[in-house]
Amino acid sequence: MSSMLQNFSKNKTALICMIILLFIIVVVIFSEFLPLHSPNKMNKEYRLQGPSSEFFLGTDQFGRDLFSRIISGAKISLLVGISSVIISVGIGIILGLIAGYFGKWYDSLIMRTMDILFAFPEILLALAIVAALGPGTFNTILAIGIVNIPVFTRLVRGSVLGVKNLEYIESAKSLGAKDTRILFLEILPNITAPLLVQSTLAISGAILTESALSFLGLGVQPPNPSWGGMIAESRRYMELAPGMIIWPCLAMLITIFAINLFGDALNDIFNPLRGKN
Amino acid sequence: MKDPILEVQNLKKYFQMNRNETLKAVDGISFTLNEGETLGIVGESGCGKSTLGRTILGLYEKTEGNIRYKGKNYPQTKRDRFKLTKEMQMIFQDPYASLNPRSTVYDLIAEPMDIHGLYPNKKQRLHRIEELISEVGLTKEHLNRYPHEFSGGQRQRIGIARALALEPSLIIADEPISALDVSIQAQVVYLLKQLQKEKGLTFLFIAHDLSMVKYMSDRVGVMYLGQLVELTTSDKLYQHPLHPYTEALLSAIPIPDPDIEEKRERIILEGDVPSPIDPPSGCVFRTRCPRAMAICSKIKPNFNEIEKNHFVACHLYQHQEEKYKEKEVGV
Repeated sequence: MSSMLQNFSKNKTALICMIILLFIIVVVIFSEFLPLHSPNKMNKEYRLQGPSSEFFLGTDQFGRDLFSRIISGAKISLLVGISSVIISVGIGIILGLIAGYFGKWYDSLIMRTMDILFAFPEILLALAIVAALGPGTFNTILAIGIVNIPVFTRLVRGSVLGVKNLEYIESAKSLGAKDTRILFLEILPNITAPLLVQSTLAISGAILTESALSFLGLGVQPPNPSWGGMIAESRRYMELAPGMIIWPCLAMLITIFAINLFGDALNDIFNPLRGKN
Repeated sequence: MKDPILEVQNLKKYFQMNRNETLKAVDGISFTLNEGETLGIVGESGCGKSTLGRTILGLYEKTEGNIRYKGKNYPQTKRDRFKLTKEMQMIFQDPYASLNPRSTVYDLIAEPMDIHGLYPNKKQRLHRIEELISEVGLTKEHLNRYPHEFSGGQRQRIGIARALALEPSLIIADEPISALDVSIQAQVVYLLKQLQKEKGLTFLFIAHDLSMVKYMSDRVGVMYLGQLVELTTSDKLYQHPLHPYTEALLSAIPIPDPDIEEKRERIILEGDVPSPIDPPSGCVFRTRCPRAMAICSKIKPNFNEIEKNHFVACHLYQHQEEKYKEKEVGV
C-alpha cells in the first residue's frame, strides 16, 4: 500500500487531477455557505447579462446567476455520476463474481442477459428506462446505473476467471474456506485495480449521459439546474448571451477531463507491468 | 509397525475433456500411509502426482476408489469433510502463487483460524501466530508485511506456518521445494524434517527431485502415467530398483564424480510420455520400456508385493500362479 501511495505522489497527472476534483467537491459541499445568489432566483431586470461584479459569469434568460447555477448543477452531476456508478459497480460485482466463479449455467444466464443489455445503445436504453419510470433525479440515477451494469459484470467476470484458478484460491479451499469467503476475501481484493479504473471512467460517462438525458428533457427537471439542462436551455440564446452555453460546457469539460485523466493515471499506478507489485 | 493413518484403495480421478475424451490423471492407485512416516511420490511432470495429492485432500472429487482416514471411510458430507481439513493440510508448490498478495502475513496465518473459529480471543490468537511464525524460522516483525516483500524460501515458510495453524496430523506437500533455489531447498526440507520430529507429523511428499525425496522419505512410490509402478522403502528403491522405469529414473541422477559419471551407462528412455487421454494398452510403460515383452501390451501387470514391503507392477516380477494364468490366455 505504501508503495502505491509513493507511485501516486510521483504521478503528477494524478496529483493535479485529484486537486481539481477535490476543489470541485469542496466547492459543491460548501456552496451553501458561499456568498452566492440563489440558483433558482429570477431577476427580471438582469436578464441575459454578461459577466459583471454582481453576476460573476453573467445571467440566463430569467436573470438567474449562471455561476451559482453551475455550482448547483455540479452538485447534481456529481451526485448522478457517483451514485449511478455505485449502483452499477455493486450489482456488477455480485453478478460478475457469481458468473465467473460458479460458471456453468449461472455464467450463461448472467452473461447472456448482459449481452442483451449490451446490445442496446447506451442512451437509448437509459431513455427507455427513464421514460418507463418517469423523469427525475432519482430515476435518472437508476437508469444510468442499470445501463452501466453489463460493463462491470463483464469486467469482474473476466478478472475472476484470471484469478480463480491461482494457487492461493486452492490454498484457501484446502483450509476449508467457504465460497463466500473465497469470493469476497480472496478474489475481490485482487481484482480491485481494474474496477477502480473503470469506475472513474464510468463516472464521467454517467455525467455525460445525465447531461444528454437532461438535454432531452428527461433527466433533472427544471427549475433545478443541471449542466445538460442548462446547455439545452441556452440553445435559443446562443447569439445573445454566448456565456450561457460556454460556461456549463467548460465546467463539464474540466470535470470530465479531470476524472478521465485521473482514471488513466490510476491505471498506470495499478498496472503490474509498471511497478514491481 | 504403527497404525495406518491413510489408506488409499484403487483411487481414480478422471477429467472429462469433452464428450469422447477422458483424461485419466490418476488411474487406480493403492497405498497405505503409516502414522509418523513420510511417503515420497516421484514421477515425471504430468504423471498425476499433484492430482493424487489434491484428490486425497478433497480439492478434486474422486472418480472411483476408497480413501480411508484413520480407519474411517472418507467422509462424504460437506460438514465432515470440513472437519477433515483440520486433520489434513497441504503445502503448495509455488510459494509465489499460493499466498494471497493482498493479505499480510498475519492475515495469512490467521485465516485458517478464522475459518475454523479457533482462538477467537485476540491476544491468544496473536500469541499463537507468533508461536507459529517462530516455529518456521521467521520473526514477529514479519507479521505486518506482504508476501511480495519476502523471498521464495521465506514465502514457503509462511505457507508451512499456514498449514500448521490447524495442527494437522497429515501434511500433503505438493512439490514444496521445486520452485526454490537449491540452497534454500535444503533449508526448507530440514525445517520439514524438524517439524515432523517435534510434532509427529505424517507427510505425503510429492516431488520430482529424487535425491531430495530419498533424504526426506521413509518409503518412496514411483508414479508413471497415473499409476504407481513401484513402492518400497527408500533405501531399497535406491539400492535395488526393480521396475525398469525406476531404473531409468535413478540412472538419470548425476553422480558428482566425473570419472564414474563418464564410465557409467545411463538408461535413456526413448520417446515421450504417452497422453493420459489415450494410455497404452496393458502396461502403460511398455511403449518406452527397454525390456518390454509380448505380454506387456496385452495384460496390465498387477501391483504385487514381490517381497515384504516392496510392490512392483511389472511382468518381469509376477507371481507363479499369474504366470500360469498368462499361459492360459495364450501369450
